[in-house]
Amino acid sequence: MLTVTMNVNGKPASAEVEARTLLVEFLREKLRLTGTHVGCDTSQCGACVVHVDGMSVKSCTMLAVMADGKEVVTIEGLASDSKLHPMQQAFMDNHGLQCGFCTPGMVMTALDIVNRRGNDLDEATVRKELEGNICRCTGYHNIVKSVQAGAKAMGD
Amino acid sequence: MAENGIGVSVLRKEDRRFLIGKGTYTDDINIAGQTYAIFVRSPHAHATINSIDTAAAAAAAGVVAVLTGDDLAADGIAPLICGVTITSDDGEPHRAPAHPALAQAKVNYVGDHVAIVIAETLAQAKDAAELVDVDYSILTAVVDTATAADDGQPQIHEEAPNNICFNWPLGDKAAVEAAFDSAHKISKLELVNNRMVTNPMEPRAALGEYNSGTEEITLHLTTQNPHLHRLVLSAFNQLAPEHKLRVVSPDVGGGFGAKIFIYAEELVVGWACRKVNRPVKWTADRTEAFLADAHGRDHVTSAEMALDEDGKFLAMRVMTKANLGAYISTFGTMVPTYLYAFLFAGQYTTPLIYSEVKGVFTNTAPVDASRGAGRPEATFMLERLVDVAAADMGLDPAEIRRRNFIPADAFPYQTPVVQCYDSGDYQTALEKALALADYEGFPARAEAAKSRGMRRGIGISSYVEACGIAPSAVVGALGAGIGLWESAQVRFNPTGNVQVFTGTHSHGQGHETTFAQLVCEQLGVPIENIEVVHGDTAKVQFGMGTYGSRSLAVGGVAIAKACEKLIAKGKKIAAHALEAAEGDIEFADGNFTVTGTDKAMSIAEVAFNAYVPHNYPEGLEPGFDENAFFDPLNFSFPAGTHICEVEVDPETGVVEIVKYSAVDDFGKLINPMIVEGQVHGGIVHGIGQALLEGCHYDSEGQLITASYMDYAMPRADNVPSFDIDYAPTDPPDNPLGVKGCGEAGAIGAPPAVINAITNALGVKHIDMPATPETVWRAAQDAA
Repeated sequence: MLTVTMNVNGKPASAEVEARTLLVEFLREKLRLTGTHVGCDTSQCGACVVHVDGMSVKSCTMLAVMADGKEVVTIEGLASDSKLHPMQQAFMDNHGLQCGFCTPGMVMTALDIVNRRGNDLDEATVRKELEGNICRCTGYHNIVKSVQAGAKAMGD
Repeated sequence: MAENGIGVSVLRKEDRRFLIGKGTYTDDINIAGQTYAIFVRSPHAHATINSIDTAAAAAAAGVVAVLTGDDLAADGIAPLICGVTITSDDGEPHRAPAHPALAQAKVNYVGDHVAIVIAETLAQAKDAAELVDVDYSILTAVVDTATAADDGQPQIHEEAPNNICFNWPLGDKAAVEAAFDSAHKISKLELVNNRMVTNPMEPRAALGEYNSGTEEITLHLTTQNPHLHRLVLSAFNQLAPEHKLRVVSPDVGGGFGAKIFIYAEELVVGWACRKVNRPVKWTADRTEAFLADAHGRDHVTSAEMALDEDGKFLAMRVMTKANLGAYISTFGTMVPTYLYAFLFAGQYTTPLIYSEVKGVFTNTAPVDASRGAGRPEATFMLERLVDVAAADMGLDPAEIRRRNFIPADAFPYQTPVVQCYDSGDYQTALEKALALADYEGFPARAEAAKSRGMRRGIGISSYVEACGIAPSAVVGALGAGIGLWESAQVRFNPTGNVQVFTGTHSHGQGHETTFAQLVCEQLGVPIENIEVVHGDTAKVQFGMGTYGSRSLAVGGVAIAKACEKLIAKGKKIAAHALEAAEGDIEFADGNFTVTGTDKAMSIAEVAFNAYVPHNYPEGLEPGFDENAFFDPLNFSFPAGTHICEVEVDPETGVVEIVKYSAVDDFGKLINPMIVEGQVHGGIVHGIGQALLEGCHYDSEGQLITASYMDYAMPRADNVPSFDIDYAPTDPPDNPLGVKGCGEAGAIGAPPAVINAITNALGVKHIDMPATPETVWRAAQDAA
């Protein structure tokens, strides 16, 4: 067993893990941060996206030990008190979610898109950038609208 | 209209918890002392089991138990069941081989369940599962739908000679033959409806807990129908008495049909938690979902249409082989029969229809309902055949549809295939869709594309479907083992807020909002004071769950009826308190008033009086809490026209959907925003079937599309945004005037897409999924 320590959503977190423990398992099983989901086994669906040192990462494809000493942000770390993050609010306002299972990964990816591509996003850019996140419910139409609106709101 | 009542796009009440990561999906639940389960699955499509040696696994670190089919049978747990009996053409019920939850001496598909390994940690369970030594004798597999029933094929089940589950004819064969004999033209089409894997994003999971004190099992499941699970697990599988079994399905991450069925894993986990007297948790990984979730579609069909000189449909004949997989899933027999052939009239007046469906067994995963369930297969066949007929007759695809539509004044309309349509105005939907799609402007766009070396095509699909499942007496007469009513309880608490208990289940559909709007409209209670509760047999009285786009059309009506009962009781309470005659009390906007006076009481005050009945009508029961059941009078028949425009690159075969327009009739809309979202999702499910998704087994029955690396799910950059409009009619059989909307897109889209591609390439037919390779080959052949 190994001890890993990282900063998760602004708070220090430490646990004993097996070397094979994935970051998503550490978050879900050790820290009980169950907002990060597992939808596949092959890094395809994006339900597990979190940010590690400011970069979006599929947490099913990173070992917990690889995140040792790093800053991790999950979906639980976005809203402050009762106020949703502008990207979360945009998903609500634009009906960008249905069953909610892919949603945390979508929101975390959307924030990464804004970080890299700015606040003024056209539809084609958003669709291309969302290629690594699968949603079965929404048909993407309203997710695209949500990301565009959220990006804009973050710039305001 | 109430501020957040019917017709308002209220933002969803459920969204906040999902957006902050506080949804409660089954795998998010953890119980102190829980163990972890892994299923040992067959690596072979067809094999006998000579022996199972569990000794090494049982001795491995952390292992709590290793259990097999013998243990299950010894405890009296009965096999899985099929809920609908089909009468075959020999007058006998369909052949129903036993479907043990853990294999009994034989396995019949890759992924079939052989043993369960339970350990202290998931990793230990996985490691130990590798140590279970199963000695198989491999048999030749039957995989192909078209040839599974041919002479000389290996036999999968003794009870089903030639691998035939049923032969199911419908219609007057001789009359149809006569119509074909005298027809002006006969259009023919051979097609395959491609096998799909339903793929809700949340994999299935089960967490069982046994309380040895109360002798109650609590099963947390990813199910669309918790009460139906409890009923079947109790009555048929003998897991536990119904009152000692609680099924909880909190937040469920999509279903689309795949989470209707009573699966082996759910039954085995429920049994195992009692056996080991520890909580047992199982969560599928995605490959397990591909292997062992029920799949969808998989038909091979030959269809013919007889036409007169004017392009009027005289008769239709359809022969289908439907793959049921290795065993019959819960509703496996119903999907390719009643939910398929009963839709063959489509939107048209075709007077004579004959069909035969042969249900066949193969060494593949069981096949059952998947978003649309039978209606996408019917619609793809019919709307493709109509386009072939249009080409044969030299008619525009829009015009041949106009000539054959059931007229708007002909409803209710009795089709020749059992169903009686409630309401519709098909021509209005078509004309609106043509305008939305700028059908007139298409030739110019096609010409412009041609000058760029591209091929443009436009495709129409005019669908009708049957949902709002279903009148109990009708499905009972057809062989269903259950009633398909819905129930509701609307409970005021003494402080004036309202809890609505529904037997339907929301796994993305937004019931917590839509149903709250219904109650807000009827009772005048602010929407923030209304909570909708579903997904727990210990909280909700009863219910049949959510599938077949039934929640609003059936469950919503039950809620409305319970509200009516509250209003009726409230009038008695208000009359007493306001010292007026009951007949003088009116109720509107949340207030009971005495007609012609300013004397009034709010419904919250009435509720308080009902719980604190100090000054109360003599003989009236206290409490403000009503139950209602609703058994629908008919199915619900949403319909519409979808038009897809594509641009095909003949050099690469890549298809781009450049415009997609849909005009649907869903009756009255409660929350237009949510309805539109359902349409978007359905269309992309249908586009996925048309362009991307194909489930493939090799000739030995190995699933070669068992991950998202091999099975192409639609992604954001594969699809466009959509132009959506409505052409509503008022269904007289539904008290709320609503129709279902959850499956329509998946039903309407596939033929719209393929009709557009065949139009672009000038070919008669192209099979789904129309991948770049398929399209490129078709383009080369056409050139």
